[in-house]
Amino acid sequence: MAYPPAARSSPPQQPSVKVILASADVQRVVDRIAHQILEKTQGAANTVLLGIPTRGTPLARRLADRISTFEDVAVPVGVLDITLYRDDLRRHATRAVGPTELPPGGIDGKRVILVDDVLFSGRTVRAALDALNDVGRPASVQLAVLVDRGHRELPIRADYVGKNIPTSLAESVKVTLAEIDGTDEVKLYGGPAS
Amino acid sequence: MIKHLLSGGDLDADTATEILDTAAEMATVAGREIKKLPALRGRTVVNLFYEDSTRTRISFEAAAKRLSADVINFSAKGSSVTKGESLKDTALTLQAMGADAVVIRHPASGAPHRLANWVDGSVVNAGDGTHEHPTQALLDAYTMRARLGRLAGLSVAVVGDVLHSRVARSNVLLLSTLGAKVTLVGPPTLIPVDIAGALAPGTDVSYDLDSVLPNVDVVMMLRVQRERMNDSYFPSAREYARRYGLDGPRMRRLPEHAIVMHPGPMNRGMEITPEVADSPRSTIVEQVTNGVSVRMAVLYLLLGGNNR
Repeated sequence: MAYPPAARSSPPQQPSVKVILASADVQRVVDRIAHQILEKTQGAANTVLLGIPTRGTPLARRLADRISTFEDVAVPVGVLDITLYRDDLRRHATRAVGPTELPPGGIDGKRVILVDDVLFSGRTVRAALDALNDVGRPASVQLAVLVDRGHRELPIRADYVGKNIPTSLAESVKVTLAEIDGTDEVKLYGGPAS
Repeated sequence: MIKHLLSGGDLDADTATEILDTAAEMATVAGREIKKLPALRGRTVVNLFYEDSTRTRISFEAAAKRLSADVINFSAKGSSVTKGESLKDTALTLQAMGADAVVIRHPASGAPHRLANWVDGSVVNAGDGTHEHPTQALLDAYTMRARLGRLAGLSVAVVGDVLHSRVARSNVLLLSTLGAKVTLVGPPTLIPVDIAGALAPGTDVSYDLDSVLPNVDVVMMLRVQRERMNDSYFPSAREYARRYGLDGPRMRRLPEHAIVMHPGPMNRGMEITPEVADSPRSTIVEQVTNGVSVRMAVLYLLLGGNNR
């Protein structure tokens, strides 16, 4: 061993982890997005929330829940699986296809708000727009994300952003949600040690 | 994920379930205005059919086209095969043209296995001789699951010409993997000795249809292959129909929930009467619809990703 343990000034190099949003913060951010949706859509009439799996799905449900608490409007929620529309299908082992569930009223002529956890390259959203094109013709499409971490590779921007996190490409952002992972949290991995 | 689909026995329970689950998602595409997915854009699927077929070939073609693959249909009639070209040379030709998948139906048992050694792409067995027809077994399993809600613990009777039936062989292998219990029923001349044990332990054989019917969830009738009638496996068509044909009175002896399946093409009046074939218990039309979804799932899982 080159360095005996006593000679070390700091613990072995581990990727640093930084909590960006704790549980209460995530709830506040979701509340704010719900308010913004209500404001920007004048009461969320004729609006459908479509979650992009995996974590966009519970986020869309939460937003609908908050919107109905704030203003007593029932916003239909659906799930839009984008697996078959990804531009990197060929680069990975075959991906499992998930369910696409549109609300009973469909999306034709509606304002569709796509919901996802992290906005990064924009490729997921591009795939979602393609998928949307095949399942109906919405009047307009908007995008809501919990975290925007930058590094866009396509001309795509979000209409509702929970938190902008400036990142380097070496870092990774991980969102956990109570419905899937047991806790609500947004963490940044691999950043400079604080 | 597997590279080829040659036998119902190629699939373990997890993979088979993944195919059925994927097929359920593919089925939703059929209800859309735009029945098309981009998943296999730019991939080439060759339908190589050395034997006549309507539903299987059209089903594979529809499945590949719904996934945006390019489809080349090849039938032995009118091709260089009539000039004596061997399967291997045909395979190498397809290879040179860049086929990503070859769907093959061939009168010789084992032809798809040979082909799989000659081409780089995926090979899907669409029926080889009297051997196997795995996508038929998958669509049958899918249909059972859709109608009855489960596969594990189901009791399935496969009735008729088991000897010549690739559908029966693939179904026994797949259904036993998925936890269903299969009973092969037919005249002793049409059920090979020891077939049950050789394919899947736990499979039963019975020569008496009437005693099996009250205890099954699914009756799968096989086509009596009239082209083999000369071989006198049974005395006459009438006698066969009376002992092993499914008619109205026999159908009424089935449990309330039981379904009747047939892989098609049917000989109405022989193994199945029109009354049964057109009854609400019959899933014959659904099987055709489900065939497209299941084949979409198979093609996607074989070709969709980078599994090389």
